[in-house]
Amino acid sequence: MTAVTPAPPSTAGAPAPADIAPGSRSGGRSRLRAAAGFAFGAALLFAVAPLALSDFRLALLAKYLCVAMVAVGIGIAWGRGGMLTLGQGVFFGLGGYAMAMHLKLADAGPGGMPDFMQLYGQLDELPVWWRPFASPWFALPATVLLPMAVAFGLGSLVFRRRVRGAYFAILSQALAAAMVILLIGQQGTTGGTNGLTDIQGFFGYDLDDPVNQRMVYFIIAGVLLALLALARQLIHSRYGELLVAVRDSEERVRFLGYDPASVKLVAYVVAAGMAGLAGALFVPAVGIISPALIGIVPSIEFVIGVAVGGRATLLGPVLGAVAVAWARTALSERFPGTWTYLQGLLFVVVVAFLPGGLASLWALARRRDAGPEQSRRGWPAPARRRASRAEAHR
Amino acid sequence: MSDDRLDGLSVRDVRVSFDGFTAVDGVSLEVPAGDIRFLIGPNGAGKTTLVDAITGLVRATGSVCFGDQELLGRPVHRISRLGIGRTFQTSTIFEELSVVQNLDIAAGARRSWATLARRRRGIPDEVAAALETVGLTGRADQLAGTLAHGQKQWLEIGMLLVQDARLLLLDEPVAGMSHEERDATGALLETVSRDRTVVVIEHDMDFLRRFARSVTVLHAGKVLSEGTVAQVQADPRVQEVYLGHPVDAGPVPSGLEA
Repeated sequence: MTAVTPAPPSTAGAPAPADIAPGSRSGGRSRLRAAAGFAFGAALLFAVAPLALSDFRLALLAKYLCVAMVAVGIGIAWGRGGMLTLGQGVFFGLGGYAMAMHLKLADAGPGGMPDFMQLYGQLDELPVWWRPFASPWFALPATVLLPMAVAFGLGSLVFRRRVRGAYFAILSQALAAAMVILLIGQQGTTGGTNGLTDIQGFFGYDLDDPVNQRMVYFIIAGVLLALLALARQLIHSRYGELLVAVRDSEERVRFLGYDPASVKLVAYVVAAGMAGLAGALFVPAVGIISPALIGIVPSIEFVIGVAVGGRATLLGPVLGAVAVAWARTALSERFPGTWTYLQGLLFVVVVAFLPGGLASLWALARRRDAGPEQSRRGWPAPARRRASRAEAHR
Repeated sequence: MSDDRLDGLSVRDVRVSFDGFTAVDGVSLEVPAGDIRFLIGPNGAGKTTLVDAITGLVRATGSVCFGDQELLGRPVHRISRLGIGRTFQTSTIFEELSVVQNLDIAAGARRSWATLARRRRGIPDEVAAALETVGLTGRADQLAGTLAHGQKQWLEIGMLLVQDARLLLLDEPVAGMSHEERDATGALLETVSRDRTVVVIEHDMDFLRRFARSVTVLHAGKVLSEGTVAQVQADPRVQEVYLGHPVDAGPVPSGLEA
């Protein structure tokens, strides 16, 4: 087997004959456009937003951007890999709780116990499984690695047994429900329904200080951009193409000699890691993590944003997640109680009439612009068709 | 392709049953290396099920060897990696990807994760060669879903080529094709069989007469007859069960089996 060696470095900058999209934009130009897009996004997040928004609104935006990180992961797992993950709250929660446990322990000081444990009063000392989280060297990697490990375990079991479609969605949702029940049931060590609240400091910085809140916002914005860059690399890599192939025809991929289970597992684990990171950053931004923030309802809300924005695109999930989260705040400020219905309606309308999300409107408009040229390239004249037949003849 | 070995397929006493119904009932056949073997038989004869058994899609008893490798009992993707490639009655290309992307994926089952994580640059040599062989060079960047029906089938065959399949199992490759497309497909099979073994399930008798090197007739899960086109056509049992009534094909011109 002649393993495919990547093209020699000399051609690396030259336009590749075929890019990810048919109709072939050159690789160089698309990379340039992506760089410009990232620069624009960075300017928006790092300069415009902090100048234009009040501290209160900026803190809200920080929260939305955390949701957007989860959305990037869902875009990969669901949009590209076809796995409808209705339980991303589990991974978001694992990341969030890992971070919150560390911050609570840091607040309590060396040898101290988190306030709620003293309040419920049944514990003489810190539970064993809390102890490692006192060290940032354990807690910080754990916010990402713990969700990834859980996703790996679950995914290995599920994908090899060829559980997919609605069954996978229900299973992932059940996991979210189970996690919430577990957390509430262990009130003495997890804070129960209240969750881990009243977090004061973030690695020595007082979170009540607006300047520090702003710093947290900048960290979140930077991480989101980094995750987008990672997602873009993943989507445009050979693996990204393979993932789409698995989504569209898992059986066929198997007959090509791949194990689709491992292909899906990678996307699922990456999405879980992103959700975990998002949860970890959500904690300093909002100051709380609780079962209500990671259960079935938030898990579905993550997915709605992605569906509205356009699940198979890079930016669609991010913009959709931010837009839906923003609409939720704006509308429930004015009409409390109606948002739930509106959100449900939005989801139904998008799924029924615009399965590609709002991003597909954008793509549609672009195709209309490029109309005549596209048709010339895409649907060739009969003469050319005959020529290709003749070629097959030889 | 570094692996130039030509191997034959050896099927011995293969049985497949579903809930008591025996779809393949003790089939044995030998396909020598480099053959173009046609599998024919009325609907329900077990042709596709036999191919399913060979490729690991359904559970079977007996023995299937390609070269010296036993295939039965291995999972689908492992069998594929031994050089067994197949197509299906309906086209199963990845319609949302371009022709090149389809071929590149087919070429890559043995790629490392490090290679997978990088972007494809240009068109790999074996993909370019397959594009040339199946006549889709001019459509490399087109979405596979927008190809004409015949071209989709050729793309499927192209995917088997880059996959480095040394045994091609094609399920009704010319169904729904125009006359010229059939000719082109037949020529393609002849090219391909120079360094590969080909097994074709087909209903089209005209196509069979022109391109088969040998024929196996299945009926009710058993091998009914086997031989050259002329031998099989002359077999009265075949005429009875397959053609429905005896002596319909008329005298077979000599030399047609070539």
